[in-house]
Amino acid sequence: MNRHVLSVLVENQSGVLSRVSGLFSRRGYNIDSLSVGETEDPKVSRMTIVVRGDDYILEQIKKQLNKLIDVIKIIELDPRQSVFRELALIKVKTGDNRASIIEIVDIFRAKIVDVANETLTVEMTGDEAKIEAFLSLMEPYGIAEIVRTGLTALERGNREIKNQRKYEED
Amino acid sequence: MKAAEALIKCLLEEQVDTVFGYPGGFILHVYEALRKSPIRHVLVRQEQAAAHSANGYARVSGKVGVCIGTSGPGATNLITGIANAYMDSIPLVVITGQVKSSMIGRDVFQEVDITGATESFTKHSYLVKDAQEIPRIIKEAFYIASTGRPGPVLIDIPSDIQEAKIDFSYPVSVDIRGYKPTVKGHAGQIKRAVKAIGESKRPLIVAGGGVLLAHAQSELQAFVDKTGIPLVHTLMGKGTLPSKDKHYLGMIGTHGFARANRALTRSDLIIFIGVRVADRAWGGVSDKALQNVRIIHIDIDPAEIGKNVGTQIPLVGDAKTILPEITAKVSRVDTAEWLNELNGYRNENPRPETGLVNPKYAIQLLSDKLNEDAIMVADVGQNQMWAARNFEDRPGRSFLTSGGLGTMGYSLPAAVGAKFAAPKRQVVAVMGDGGFQMSLFELGTIKTHQLGIVMVLFNNTRLGMVRELQSRNYGNTYAVDLEQNPDFIKLCAAYDIPGIRVSDNSQLQEAFDKALKHNGPFLVECMVDPLEATL
Repeated sequence: MNRHVLSVLVENQSGVLSRVSGLFSRRGYNIDSLSVGETEDPKVSRMTIVVRGDDYILEQIKKQLNKLIDVIKIIELDPRQSVFRELALIKVKTGDNRASIIEIVDIFRAKIVDVANETLTVEMTGDEAKIEAFLSLMEPYGIAEIVRTGLTALERGNREIKNQRKYEED
Repeated sequence: MKAAEALIKCLLEEQVDTVFGYPGGFILHVYEALRKSPIRHVLVRQEQAAAHSANGYARVSGKVGVCIGTSGPGATNLITGIANAYMDSIPLVVITGQVKSSMIGRDVFQEVDITGATESFTKHSYLVKDAQEIPRIIKEAFYIASTGRPGPVLIDIPSDIQEAKIDFSYPVSVDIRGYKPTVKGHAGQIKRAVKAIGESKRPLIVAGGGVLLAHAQSELQAFVDKTGIPLVHTLMGKGTLPSKDKHYLGMIGTHGFARANRALTRSDLIIFIGVRVADRAWGGVSDKALQNVRIIHIDIDPAEIGKNVGTQIPLVGDAKTILPEITAKVSRVDTAEWLNELNGYRNENPRPETGLVNPKYAIQLLSDKLNEDAIMVADVGQNQMWAARNFEDRPGRSFLTSGGLGTMGYSLPAAVGAKFAAPKRQVVAVMGDGGFQMSLFELGTIKTHQLGIVMVLFNNTRLGMVRELQSRNYGNTYAVDLEQNPDFIKLCAAYDIPGIRVSDNSQLQEAFDKALKHNGPFLVECMVDPLEATL
């Protein structure tokens, strides 16, 4: 089951998210994460969807997504030619370890965004591997809460999604 | 003008002359505008029938079927009809009333989230939030419903929006950036298809409902005539080629004919045209049997290609456009030997006699008596297969049934829609006693409009197909029977609809003659042995 990252342009209107997520649950496709936000054109939103599946499943996902009237374009992002990022906010219990936590935060070039007497809240951006590595280092201190945005991604270089061919048969 | 009036004006712009529906509190503004318009409103007796009638109307007229219901229960009653249309790719525009915009989400009286409920079986849906958008939405809805792979589109309109004043202007064209169906076939793939056909020795066409939806019967006939390739069809593809044609081999599938199914496994090149290769049509064919078979798959919906069966030559587009292109380039295939082999196989259609009416004989007899352009609407269950297997395939859209969803109770309301679409054509509704009772209330609509529908009821006091499954799986024990059925003749008499009960094959001739001559609705109730088999 390979992991694929799809970048999907959709109409920015109510009901679209429900249609897209409903499609995944209805057809039994596995979805790792989905993030969505407005684009340079306020009438268009862009979704980054991380899915798992073999070639057959991936092709079906693209084709079925394409059937949704609100879906404008789908491209699959090549990990070697794309920037993948995720944002995580992590509330760590400090105890007597405040200094060593700050040290790790610095090494990871993360940011402390809130300080309280018993916790530190860290903002961390990176690809999945970096976030996982950071979390495993924080675990011994005691993680109070984590919230993650899910992957968001953009192709490197001059190419823009709107100039690329829409996914098509053959 | 009021948005409700604008809505009706839009329907007129779309050449709508008949709508099927049932009013209620939150659709009243639309009904008031409808009342003043030249559009004929057919009042059904329950909303599900409105969707089925619009379905029958769409199939026979080739236009988009329109049905209307109110919010809440009106909308939920439409659901089965919407899902049914979605599964069979029938173009419908479904209009529902909704509670006031400001009340949405508060669970007020007769509120239901119908766009949410129908999300997975509508081609698209709209919850109107701005009255000014109505003309654009209606224009888009008709366009989406009828183009590409057709399907139902739902428009949910809150009552305050119906009442709002708008400036009316109807858009001339539609431009939806996310919806551009491919019509023309890819030139390279057409070339490959032509080459594959030229190289094949035992080619076979599998035609489906897509051919009928594309109105491509004559293009298919021309392709068959030029190439000499034999044809089988799915249940939904019944009527793609007349049974009389020498290339016609019959229906495939679980309830198909042996020769047709045999042809599938003996072929070296299968050409799917407008087929989604559904389980009921394809269930028995193993991947192994296809190892050395090349497959060309023509369909307007790219998602159907490769979904249920692998293909070497995918051809996305409209059969009506693609078939003539292939026909022009292809040369005749020497299929003499292949046809000879196929003609050696028989289409077994056993007809054991029981002393009561033999439903297979009854359909054959009726098929012979009916005009060339008659329409048969079959329900679901044994009666559907008796009808599909024994009603002669005729040119034109003459056989209607619920193929994908298998909706009992479809036949009677769909026959109503068919009769409204083609008042001059004979319309026969074939049903079992189970399905008839699911839509009995439509006798009211039939009586009101004195619709000349011949109702053929096969009464075996069973849900025959369920009975068959039960005997096979649980050893002749029956969970249900319908032995306390009402007297259907008396029931029809209550609606002033005459009827004859037939309990012997010898009485069929006279009963059908009488029914077909009668001006108005007529019931022929055929008593059938409870143990009568589907095949």
